[in-house]
Order: sequence, then C-alpha cells, then structure tokens
Amino acid sequence: MYRYMGVEGAHTLDFYRSHGGYDAARKALLEMTPAQVVDEVKASGLRGRGGAGFPTGVKWSFMPPVDARPRYLVCNADESEPGSFKDRYVLEDDPHQLIEGMLIAARAMSSTHGFIYIRGEYYLGYTRTVAAVQEARAAGLLGTDILGSGMSFDITVHRGAGAYICGEETALMNSLEGLRANPRLKPPFPAGAGMYGQPTTINNVTSLTSAVHIINKGAAWFASMGTDDSKGTKLYQISGPVKRTGVYEMPMGATFRELIYDFAGGPTMTPKAFIPGGSSTPMFPWRDEFLDMPMDYGTLAKNGSMLGTGGVIVIPQEKCIVDALYNLVRFYAHESCGKCTPCREGVAHWLPRLYQKLLAGLGTIDDVNLIQELANNIRGTAFCPLADACVMPVQASLKWFRDEYDYLAEHGVSRYPKSDWWQA
Amino acid sequence: MIELQTVVPFFADKAERLQEILDRYPPEGRRSALMPLLWEVQNAERHVSEARMHEIAEIIGITATEVKGVMSFYSTYHEHPVGTYHLQVCSTLSCALAGADEMVAYLEDELGIVNGERDREGRFSIQRVECLGSCGTAPVLQVNDTYYERVSRSRCVHLVEALRRGEMPTPWRERGGDTEGQEKARPFTVQQWSDAAAEGQGEPS
Repeated sequence: MYRYMGVEGAHTLDFYRSHGGYDAARKALLEMTPAQVVDEVKASGLRGRGGAGFPTGVKWSFMPPVDARPRYLVCNADESEPGSFKDRYVLEDDPHQLIEGMLIAARAMSSTHGFIYIRGEYYLGYTRTVAAVQEARAAGLLGTDILGSGMSFDITVHRGAGAYICGEETALMNSLEGLRANPRLKPPFPAGAGMYGQPTTINNVTSLTSAVHIINKGAAWFASMGTDDSKGTKLYQISGPVKRTGVYEMPMGATFRELIYDFAGGPTMTPKAFIPGGSSTPMFPWRDEFLDMPMDYGTLAKNGSMLGTGGVIVIPQEKCIVDALYNLVRFYAHESCGKCTPCREGVAHWLPRLYQKLLAGLGTIDDVNLIQELANNIRGTAFCPLADACVMPVQASLKWFRDEYDYLAEHGVSRYPKSDWWQA
Repeated sequence: MIELQTVVPFFADKAERLQEILDRYPPEGRRSALMPLLWEVQNAERHVSEARMHEIAEIIGITATEVKGVMSFYSTYHEHPVGTYHLQVCSTLSCALAGADEMVAYLEDELGIVNGERDREGRFSIQRVECLGSCGTAPVLQVNDTYYERVSRSRCVHLVEALRRGEMPTPWRERGGDTEGQEKARPFTVQQWSDAAAEGQGEPS
C-alpha cells in the first residue's frame, strides 16, 4: 500500500499503470461478479481502517438489492484525528490507488456514483486527487462502460472546510449535502438511507486501498498476515519525540515496541506515556507490559483502549500531563458541533474551563474530582462518539497520572513546567 | 442593503465555471454545491462577504441565513478578509510537543499581531488551528493553502523574511517513516536547508 510514497511522479496515471496499476480493477470488473468481490473481501478479514474496525466486506453486503435508485459510495478522506496523517500521504502521492479501490468497491456494491470527501486543509492532496480523477476519466477508467465491462461509475471530489466532526459518517453526509455537519440519528443506517436518502456506503481511504491488494493477491494472502481478529497490513503512524517519525506499513499485530524502537529509532526524550491510536484513544503509561502489546483491534479493546487510526503519539516525561490533556480537550471543545447537551455543555464548556483553572494555578482537589465526575457522566451519553473520544483520554490520564493533577491542584504550579522544544 | 444592489455578482461572468460545479452533483443534490461555491468566492476574494452569501443562496435556492449557518460551522471560511499571507499554525498535541506554542509567540512578536488578527497593511494574519494532519513532520505552518512542514526556528525566520519580500518559497517535502526516494526520512539539520537551497529546491537563501 505504501510502496510508492514519496517517489517522484507516483501520483500520475502513467507511473501507476506502469507499476501494475488498475490490474485489480480489471480483474474485479471483468472476471468477478459483484458477489465474488464481496466474498473475497469478507474472506480476507479486512476491517475498517478509519477507527471503528467494522469488517469491510460485511459493511458492503448491507447494501440493499439493486433497484432503480442511485447507489452511492463515499470515501471518507476527512482525516482529522490528531496523530493521524496516513490518508494525506495516499491522497498526495498515490491517488490512483484510491480510485482503483473505489472501482473495486463500486463493482462489489454496484454503486452508480462515488464521492471523495477530502478535508479542506489538504489542498495538495485535493488538487492531485482531482487531477487523478480527470486522468482516469480520460483513460476510460471512470465514466460509462468501464474497460468494456458495461459498468458505469464516476467520482466527484468534494473539498471540506475544516471540521473534525465530518469524520463521523452521518455528519460527513450532511456536510456533503451542503448542510451543517451535525451527525444524524442511526438507524436508518447509510446503507438504507444515506446520501440524498439513497443507499450509501462510506469507507476510509486505506480500507479502500487495502481492497486493491486483496483482489490482486487474494484473500488468503491478506489473511495470512496479522492476528486472529485483525488481518493484513496497516499504515501505522508515529509522532512525538522519536528519532524517525512518520508512516510505517506493518502487519497487524506488530507490537508498539517494534514500531517505536525498531522502526522509529526509539524516543529522543525520556518518555512517560503513549497514545496508541490517535488522540481519542486512551493512553498507556510507558511500561513493558503495554509496549509489548500487539497493535490489533482485540488486544487494545481488552486493555481498555482502541486501535483507532493507528496514530501513535509518544509523550515525554517533561510534558505536564494536565497540559497535554488540556491541549486535547481544547481540540474537542473546538470541534464539538453543539447538537447534544452532554457534549455542548460538558466537552465544549466545562472541561476546558476546569483545565484552564487548574493550569492557571487556581484549582483545588475538588476541581480534579469534578473533572473525573464529568468525564464519567459524559461517557456514553452523547449523540455521537465525539464526546466519548474526548472523555476517554481524560479518564485514562486520571487513571495513570492522577498524581500530576493533584500536584498541580496542591501547589498551583505544574510538576513539569513548560519548556521550549522548538528546534533551532 | 445598498451594498447588495451595487455589487457586481461574482458569478456574473463565470457561467461556465458555475455550471461545471453544479454538474458535479446529482440534480437532487444541488445544495451540495454550496461548499465548492463558497471556496470559489473565498479563493478569489480571501473572504466571503454578506453580498456573496446572498448571491450563493439565490443560485442554490436556499436562504442567506442557511448559507451563513453552514459557513460559520467550518473553521476555514472567513467572513472578514484575511491577510495576503494567512499563517495557520497547528497547535494540537504533536505539534505542541514540537514547539507550536513557541512558533505562535514568535510570529506574534515578529508581526505585531495576535491570533485572529490581520496587520494594518493586510499582508499577514495569524490563526491557530487544530490538527492539520502533519504530526509526523511537526510543527507545521500552513500559509494560505501550502503546508510548510518541520518548521524549525531558523526555517520560520527564513520563511517570514521571504514572505515579507513577497516570495512564497517552494515547500520542502519530507515524508519520514519508511518512505523511499527523494523524500526519504532524514533527520533535519540547518545544513540541509542551505544544501537544498543550493540545489535550487526553492528554499530562501
């Protein structure tokens, strides 16, 4: 999946084609029936790479039988989870891989039209994806009667405008329809009534690009990698104070230690914690038992966290955990859409203010307790997962680093005062 | 209201472009064109004025209030003009760990404006934004639509100098990770900046 990242010219059709591009689409369109494509992806064990980890083949099979209605396929490229940046690289350096993945998904679900929703800030990715779609259209890979298969499918690239909530699939559909991006109530699920009320399936960028390799090399090959409940490879990302930050493609079930030490070269500052999969996943302290955990869906869920997008963030000892959490809480407060009460009042109003109070040295132990209580009460009560995404890391930080909160409340200053890490 | 009558409609002489945007979406999804139309106006005028909101509302067949409602939901549409160089600094965790706060402080000092302001000449404006998806190459500074990644203090100084001269340096691309080829991961040194500049890769000398 990550073969051609950073290679000069990899985003062009000529390059992609001369490296075996669109062979999988040809196979899916000409040699396989839609049901066979779905079965192949089901058999591969591919799970959604956007964070929730829902089996992709099963999701595809939820689409109702073909009738006269349009059927939409939406690619969620509104990557905005702090710590994640894999989709940006795909959009910028290998957009044809995504288009091929969408062709395969469209074949599987007999989709009539596709949308790629790219977040507004990814301007380079947007322009390259638009150019790639135009190239593909000119080459007869999009449009009517693709490759002589009789299938018609075209793609519209839509540019978002900076809202984290658009990563939630029903909010994304609202945004695409030109509405405020508030999430919708489920059911009805998108497969029943999605975009413009029609059957719709929404997949993450790397779920779709994984399908290319499943069709190319077979479900058995894909399923031979990974662990029992998590198959294939995944693009893991690592940021924070380590030697070589970036994206690494690894089989699922590789351990954090392998990613952090073997691939990323180890931390450059004394670490004290790490976030396993994007900012909304609860953090772990820097201990062997957690570092040796395999990065798959099941293990992390069992340990009270999530694989999420696979964006690991290393937190150094010198970073005050309250300050780090305030940074994240502020993020969620900014991105809360204001639809439901727990999130609007709790996440967007009370939590950031309590953190500000603590960090200003005006807090007491009661405020720390109040943060804990708020987090417990918000969890599971909000309309969409955004509020949970905010309070779960808060709960985890209190579980592992309560002493730093208490120190700050008692002394009025942080145990680890802010220092300047801006590289000269 | 006088303004609304005297302004020349933005799309008056862009009928073809307008049609192209509307055609991207199915007939029942005319409203989907709202965001692309807002982008179209903002790219040209650096903000979307009330008059333009009314115009877009009329094209799509909704009210101007609905247009404003959508526009205000997103953080990258501006109701007031931003500077020629709109500096957006990511302040979320990974970038904060790499010195984003210090970068904002430097820019505020250097340019004499604070977060959310535009300078008197209309050249610079600063906005603290949330995660830009460049955590592996933190800290990141987005100038208008262009990402400048791994902006160290010296790079930031050079960048501001170049922008003051009216030049947008070609962004250096670094991928990190197990990337192959030109953008292969390499630890950043100031030396590389001057090396790259010597190779004509666009960095300011």
